Amino acid sequence: MKSQRLQRMAVTSASSLLAVFVALCICAVILLITGKDPIEAYRTLFGAAGDTKVLQGALNRATPLMISAAAVAIGFKMNLFNIGVEGQMRVALLATAVAGAAVDLPAPLHILFCLVVAMATGAIWAGFAGWLKVKRGVNEVISTIMLNFVALSLVAWAFDSFFRVESTTGSLLVKTKELPTSAWFPDIVDRRLNGMFFVAILVLVLFYVLVWKTKFGFQLRASGANAGASRVTGVNPKRMVMISMLLSGALAGLVGMRALLGDVHAYQNNLAEQQGFNGIAVALLGRNHPLGIFISALLFGYLGEASGRLQLIDIPKEITTIMTGIIVLAVVIINEAVKRWDDRRIQHKAALALNSVAVPA
Amino acid sequence: MKFFKSLTTGQRTIALSLGFMLVLSIVRLFTNADDITSSGTISSTLRVATPILLAGLAGVWAERVGIVNIGIEGMMIIGTWFGGYGAWKWGSWAGIALAIFAGSLVGLLHALATVRFNVNHVVSGIAINILAAGTTEYLSIIFFKGQQGGGESQSPAGKGGYGEFDMPFLSGGRIGSWRSPDILGWIEKKHDLPLLPDLAGLLRGLVSDIYIPTIVAISLVPLTAYVLWRTRFGLRVRSSGESPQAGESLGVPINRLRYQAMAISGGLAAFGGAYLSTVFTSTYRQGQTGGQGYIGLATTIFGNWTPFGVFRGAILFGFPSALKFRDEKNVPALLLVIAVILIALGIVSAMKNKQLLTMGLFIGAALSAATYFLVDEVPQEFVAATPYIVTILVLAGAQQQLRPPAHAGIAYRAGENH
Repeated sequence: MKSQRLQRMAVTSASSLLAVFVALCICAVILLITGKDPIEAYRTLFGAAGDTKVLQGALNRATPLMISAAAVAIGFKMNLFNIGVEGQMRVALLATAVAGAAVDLPAPLHILFCLVVAMATGAIWAGFAGWLKVKRGVNEVISTIMLNFVALSLVAWAFDSFFRVESTTGSLLVKTKELPTSAWFPDIVDRRLNGMFFVAILVLVLFYVLVWKTKFGFQLRASGANAGASRVTGVNPKRMVMISMLLSGALAGLVGMRALLGDVHAYQNNLAEQQGFNGIAVALLGRNHPLGIFISALLFGYLGEASGRLQLIDIPKEITTIMTGIIVLAVVIINEAVKRWDDRRIQHKAALALNSVAVPA
Repeated sequence: MKFFKSLTTGQRTIALSLGFMLVLSIVRLFTNADDITSSGTISSTLRVATPILLAGLAGVWAERVGIVNIGIEGMMIIGTWFGGYGAWKWGSWAGIALAIFAGSLVGLLHALATVRFNVNHVVSGIAINILAAGTTEYLSIIFFKGQQGGGESQSPAGKGGYGEFDMPFLSGGRIGSWRSPDILGWIEKKHDLPLLPDLAGLLRGLVSDIYIPTIVAISLVPLTAYVLWRTRFGLRVRSSGESPQAGESLGVPINRLRYQAMAISGGLAAFGGAYLSTVFTSTYRQGQTGGQGYIGLATTIFGNWTPFGVFRGAILFGFPSALKFRDEKNVPALLLVIAVILIALGIVSAMKNKQLLTMGLFIGAALSAATYFLVDEVPQEFVAATPYIVTILVLAGAQQQLRPPAHAGIAYRAGENH
């Protein structure tokens, strides 16, 4: 059994690596067609790994990605597709910025308070989608997409109408009232790597324990794999949908906290933009496993950080966005192909073991 | 009620539209918001609604063949870029043609992933959205940066526009060099009358100042309905979305149909994008679609996966934005319109003995009317969020009336799952 599991893990990792490799090759072709030198581009892109500043920046960028990928992955485990991480994050950002600035607490408590507010608001916003799914049978893909836009409008309106404060320093950037320093999440490396990185690691560890080492996690995976069968064993699928949606939303609420508590210390437009969406790509490449998520978050964080260097040699940094899209597509295509091949291999082995003549094609 | 049920779908649509116009007319007389039914508003509604309509039709084609298309937004983005590029290089029509070609290639990519490789439709759609955004941003820097009038996130202005069309006699169009009388325009200005100026405004809006691509786009609605419901190809497309196994057993080439329908879907979405970058404005700008692909997806659902339903949805969702474009002051009048409609729905549901729903509708009507008297201006964000909220409400409240293609989004491989 153990060797089989190891084998599977090796196959999974190899297919993710292959997807990245395929994406690099396709992007090389795109670079060539548009008259850029791919070898020089990749040397610049990956040569930056020698620079500790770049690595610190990569870890910093990986922080929200790990959390949003965990938020997406917990849905996936239950066969739920939460595309609404972005919207849940946005609602939580404004709510936390406002609530955090309104209270006065000693430092560790204040940070904790902010994190709890963020998780609660994220969970509430995701709860709408959960409720719609459980009570009204609305597909969560559609409802979370729609709720993303509702969140965007709602937050923009609330920010503009009630919470914006004109800047005192003469900057044109409009923000909410600044959080008191007791709510600032400390940096590990000053201005480069924020302490939220450890929170993200903690989230991944807890995610692992919850999903693979608890009864609840087993029910979650069982219900996701076969709702009908697990219902017979007494697991209420509706309850599982609601709980996983709430958990996913709570994590989504945390996604923006590195930017809010660790960097800007107030809400502004475009804060932490896209970090909720990017979690989907990270979760897919990481195959919804904490270790995989960690590695792919580092990869995407690194690409994001190092891509700026490409502009120095006159290559648009957007090539890394194209790369992300291709990686997502390649990883799911390769997984599907590998699954097919793996199924056949196991069928074949079983057939041989049974000494049967009919080997399924 | 019985009388209404005895009508055909077409007659019902006409009856409901007339009822809606009557509501608008009463509200107009009451609020003096003359613009809510002016021909200018109607024609700008058409202009706002056309890209949404095309995106919605893209959704209909994709879902009818059994493929969920979250990538509509990405296909539209591709359309805006190639539309802008083509218009800059060779002229507007070439822009639209190039966009449709590029969009159908992206549609084929989505089909390749979902049909050939059996990838989850939502994942593939998301990948396409990321790819489209990245590709257009990359290409803009390569092709537009440093050009006259262009930049990192903007194309140079497109060459040439489109002909505008005015109907002779009805809206003062020209016959040769003679300018015909503008009969509808004359009626439209009689603001004190009920209903007549509103109908004249509606008609005049439909036949004046109208761009040829708009006419093409709108004629795609009956065309799609015809092809999907009246031809053999359409029947096969729908069979692929309802029950591919059944189709397969009768020899329908499901996979080939899916490629074809996805090429059409991608082309339509990209046409919608090109409309934004060549008709609505004359340059490509980054982020121009602003989520209209998703509004299109919403109209697909709102329109119950039918072309005419999508048309209704696009008009409904486009109307508040168009009104907003013309004059902010008209938007609050819509709150009264909503109140009247909610009351009407409330009466219908009271007759069906649905107490909870009736109460909800009346409370909604009261709130909406109260808001009208309390505010002077409806925030932009509320107008922007309306399509999404309406779609959620429709999904939550009228699920029984919705009938999506039974097999949309479900994995299918030829020869399996029998």
